[in-house]
Amino acid sequence: MLEVRRRLRERGVLGINRRNSAYVRLWNPRRLYPLVDDKLRTKELAIASGMPVPELYAVVTAQHDVRGLRKALADREQFVVKPAHGSGGNGILIIIGRRGELYLKSSGAVMDWAELDHHISNALSGLYSLGGQRDRVLVEYFVQSEPELEKISYRGVPDIRLIVYRGFPAMAMIRLPTHLSDGKANLHLGAVGVGIDLSQGVTLQGVQGTEVVVLHPDTGNCLEGLEIPHWDQILKLAAECFDMTGLGYLGVDLVIDQKHGPLILELNARPGLAIQIANGTGLHSRLELIDEHADTSDSLEERIAFARQHFAA
Amino acid sequence: MKKLPLYLTVGVLVVVGLAFILYKVMVLGFPLRPEGESSVWTVQARFTVDGHTRPVKAILQILSSPPGFTVLDENFVSRGFGLTIVEEAGAREAQWAIRRAAGRQTFYYQAVVTPELIGARGPSAPTGLDNERLEEPYATAAEAVVAQVRAQSADVSTFTAELLRHLNDPEPDENTALFLAAGRSLGQRVEIAVSLLETGGISARAAYGLYLEEGERHAQFSPVLEVWDGDSWLWFSPETGEEGLPENVLIWWDGDKPLIDVVGGSNPEVEISTWRNTVDALQLAERRADARQSRIMDLSLLRLPLQIQAVYQILLLVPIGAFIMVLLRNVIGVKTFGTFMPVLVALAFRETRLVAGLVLFVLVVALGVGLRFLLDRLRLLLVPRLAAVLILVVLCLLTVSILSHQLGLETGLSVALFPLVILTIAIERMSIVWEEVGPAEAIQQGLGTLAVAALAYLIMSLSHVEYLVFVFPEILLLLLAAVLLLGRYSGYRLLEFVRFRALGADDA
Repeated sequence: MLEVRRRLRERGVLGINRRNSAYVRLWNPRRLYPLVDDKLRTKELAIASGMPVPELYAVVTAQHDVRGLRKALADREQFVVKPAHGSGGNGILIIIGRRGELYLKSSGAVMDWAELDHHISNALSGLYSLGGQRDRVLVEYFVQSEPELEKISYRGVPDIRLIVYRGFPAMAMIRLPTHLSDGKANLHLGAVGVGIDLSQGVTLQGVQGTEVVVLHPDTGNCLEGLEIPHWDQILKLAAECFDMTGLGYLGVDLVIDQKHGPLILELNARPGLAIQIANGTGLHSRLELIDEHADTSDSLEERIAFARQHFAA
Repeated sequence: MKKLPLYLTVGVLVVVGLAFILYKVMVLGFPLRPEGESSVWTVQARFTVDGHTRPVKAILQILSSPPGFTVLDENFVSRGFGLTIVEEAGAREAQWAIRRAAGRQTFYYQAVVTPELIGARGPSAPTGLDNERLEEPYATAAEAVVAQVRAQSADVSTFTAELLRHLNDPEPDENTALFLAAGRSLGQRVEIAVSLLETGGISARAAYGLYLEEGERHAQFSPVLEVWDGDSWLWFSPETGEEGLPENVLIWWDGDKPLIDVVGGSNPEVEISTWRNTVDALQLAERRADARQSRIMDLSLLRLPLQIQAVYQILLLVPIGAFIMVLLRNVIGVKTFGTFMPVLVALAFRETRLVAGLVLFVLVVALGVGLRFLLDRLRLLLVPRLAAVLILVVLCLLTVSILSHQLGLETGLSVALFPLVILTIAIERMSIVWEEVGPAEAIQQGLGTLAVAALAYLIMSLSHVEYLVFVFPEILLLLLAAVLLLGRYSGYRLLEFVRFRALGADDA
């Protein structure tokens, strides 16, 4: 046990307790949380800052809005329903197609309007929000996966998670939906996380749960060595999110759309730690490197250059 | 990230908590284990006197903060006499008086005493020397004896020892012999010693001690020489000249007054008995605190009405459960439903007992989750659905109770003791996690909750733990300190070793 502890320390692995006490609590002031906890506010903020985000189709704030929503979505084939306060992917519903009055879920299951209505009502009444308080629901553009990434994902759209520490991208991974995760890109649902070499934007090893995987469990394609398109822009967008929110320890989730390129999906003030397994290296040592050597008054370009220089695989 | 304020707070909490606990244990004798017993002594003076249809006044010297003992209780019994207690210069006497008394009159004085633990408060300092001059030739003889003894001693203690050696010499020198001529009983030797000591400028007096012995009906007093060394009283056995008071000697009174004195009566007699009683150690501690007028008992739970005490008996255990919760979640890394649900479940286990509780909990939650999935198909809104689950839970409880009663399993009846809301929330959380994250996670969290609840229950149900937090609620300050420290624990959680095993592996 002590041996394992020593090795984890050596490799600079960050544990939950330290993440919370030394990073989240220190760098993320409580008052800034609503900016990222409420996806609607994040979106509005991003739009105001001129950052690319998936197009917002509609917002449902009360039960009676649901009826209007049906009309608003009448000619939308595909869309995503998201509770503004949902955490960890809870309550996200992806509709990938329609057959008349039936909606096709990303999992392949079919639901009718009544079921969709029920889902939205649940979300409104706070079923998916952390404290159970009343919530708002966003309906937005369904991102079309980049063909390059299609090979290594099952149904859903992979998303890219970056940890940005005091404006410096510190670690990145791409999360690939699997059959197990119901086409969602959430690791705890069974999606595969694959580490990314920050300097080149090339994928490293994958991890599912806590196990290292080399091939995508559903498509069987090799996970390693894949080049992430638009990598420069992704790093830039992620680093800019720090300037936009002021959160020093930030998880930035992006997707790459076929048409629109990288889009900011959501931000997280308490990003998870599984990214370390996907990268096969600890986050703590990288954060310490930033604390010690980086000049936080650096410009955006300088910060990205620093990250690229130091955080290669 | 300065940790100083934290350590200061923790330090203060620990010091204050420990100080209270140590004071209660060491000074007041609060027992550290439940059902402790300790013994107390009862001393009784039975004082009889003949009355002659005239006013009678009977005076008895009584206990006045005897060194090494605490007086817990005192009782005075007489028939129709008025009682006055007179305190003067560190001595106390009981005065019974009546206008007319005929025939044999009996008075009782009873005191319950217990050995003092720490911080004995001896009798008060002497008021000053008796400046009564001795007559000649005693005055000259006394000067001579004192001069001789002083030459052979260094301080009050050795002076007294040397003086007693002189008095106890079977062949005393002529100066000493002059004093002993009048008689050399123990009491007389003490009196002589007192007057010689005072001649030497040392305050001294006779004291009368009682050897505490079980079931003694006719106890005798032994005179003891009490000498003031400037700071405190010293006691000397006039027989051996040894300094110190044996542990089982209770000084009843001191000074030159007789034990009893009667005005208007005749034939006074006094009979002293001593015996031992066993009392609950906790009660004894309380009485001791009262006798010392310690303010600490004003803050004690033991002074609350009984039904409130019963509430606190349980309430005080919740912090213990919360502490275990913090350990298991932040240090071990166990996942549970909600933050404090396990503690609430553990409290419910107190009513049902562990095994029955676990079985019933699993049964009702499983049933509830199943029904909840059925309900889900009806597409209810959140609040009505919760209410529906609540109703179903009550029905489940009822079913389990009735079935188990029919089967003759009376433990099943206790399921009704599970707080409804806890079950409902457990079911709701479990179904949400089941739906959103998957059955594996739901079952893992469910098992985590039960494991933490079971552990918390086992620890909270130790009667010793229950007793300790109830009698020493200051333990909560220590718990608070521990929780504050854990709040800044930034090391790995134990289960992170498993989670990050790919990173902690040898070859990584």
